[in-house]
Amino acid sequence: MDRPAASASSQFWLGVTMFFPVAVSIASYGVVWGVLAGQKGLGVLEVLLMSGLVFAGSSQFVALDSWTPGALPIVSIIAATAIVNLRMLLMSATLRPLVSGLSRPKALAAMFFVSDEQWAMTMAEMRKGGGSVAFLCGTGVLSWLSWAGSTLLGRVLGAFIDNPVKYGLDFAFTATFIALLLGMWKGRSDLVPWLVGALAALLTASVVEGKWYIIVGGIVGSLAGALADQWGEKRDVA
Amino acid sequence: MSLEALVTILGMAAVTYAIRAAGLLLADRFPSQGFVANWVKHVPGAVLAALVAPAVLAVAPGRSLADAFLPAETVAAGVVTIVYIGTRNLFAAMAGGVLAVWLMRMWLGV
Repeated sequence: MDRPAASASSQFWLGVTMFFPVAVSIASYGVVWGVLAGQKGLGVLEVLLMSGLVFAGSSQFVALDSWTPGALPIVSIIAATAIVNLRMLLMSATLRPLVSGLSRPKALAAMFFVSDEQWAMTMAEMRKGGGSVAFLCGTGVLSWLSWAGSTLLGRVLGAFIDNPVKYGLDFAFTATFIALLLGMWKGRSDLVPWLVGALAALLTASVVEGKWYIIVGGIVGSLAGALADQWGEKRDVA
Repeated sequence: MSLEALVTILGMAAVTYAIRAAGLLLADRFPSQGFVANWVKHVPGAVLAALVAPAVLAVAPGRSLADAFLPAETVAAGVVTIVYIGTRNLFAAMAGGVLAVWLMRMWLGV
């Protein structure tokens, strides 16, 4: 790092310390993902590889939803992953000021840690005049350990649950998605993309087999939201 | 581990990292407002809404909306919403939903 070593390491540990409460909630969510992964037929090694390399919770839940060993819809899972994670494009773009003093390889390597929680905490530090790549890495390393460890734990514990449908655990997906969705509510401009996305998904699901409704609903709903925003702005100007 | 699982996981990892890196590389050219920025901003919400709707209403090819309506899941979706709005806690909302589905299924005998 180009900063003095002491400053970078204190920034790293500040990130770790501040992230601790978030890591606990990530872990509780990770255990659930691990249990469900086991029910969908993922092995311990697959869980570790996916959590360690993809390292993006929402998209991993979406992937599990379509996970059918022996006939994996590879293209549709990868496409859904890209769409769910597209938001990270905006996140790493806003972190640009942090990496101005770094070499390009180091800056690109640090972007691996960009995810909702780490990004939100680093942005909040930036707004207060702090924040650094070392801080982002501190939150990211703890987040990674918490996610990889808890999903592995869930996978191991899950082996002892015989019939997940009996305990309602299959509903954990839908419940998590509903809660994640509600947490994203920022105001009335969210109404159009959500409703159009849900309707497009219902229509697609009723005619097309498989999980394509996720991609169709996501694209149609978000485009409708952007069109509604544009229309609203024009009306405000006029 | 099967080859299909390895390919899928590596593919997921590659697209996700490419998106993370592309944001930084395109930072100067990426519009911070306007149609494209609004579009990307709305993607996660639309995707989640698209995921949730068919699961709550149990829609699938060959089933009409009327006979697909699933009371246990629909009631539980309401419980998740109430718990989440009350607590703002993801885990509590999920646990409430799972508990509600479990109780509803016992009560309905399904």
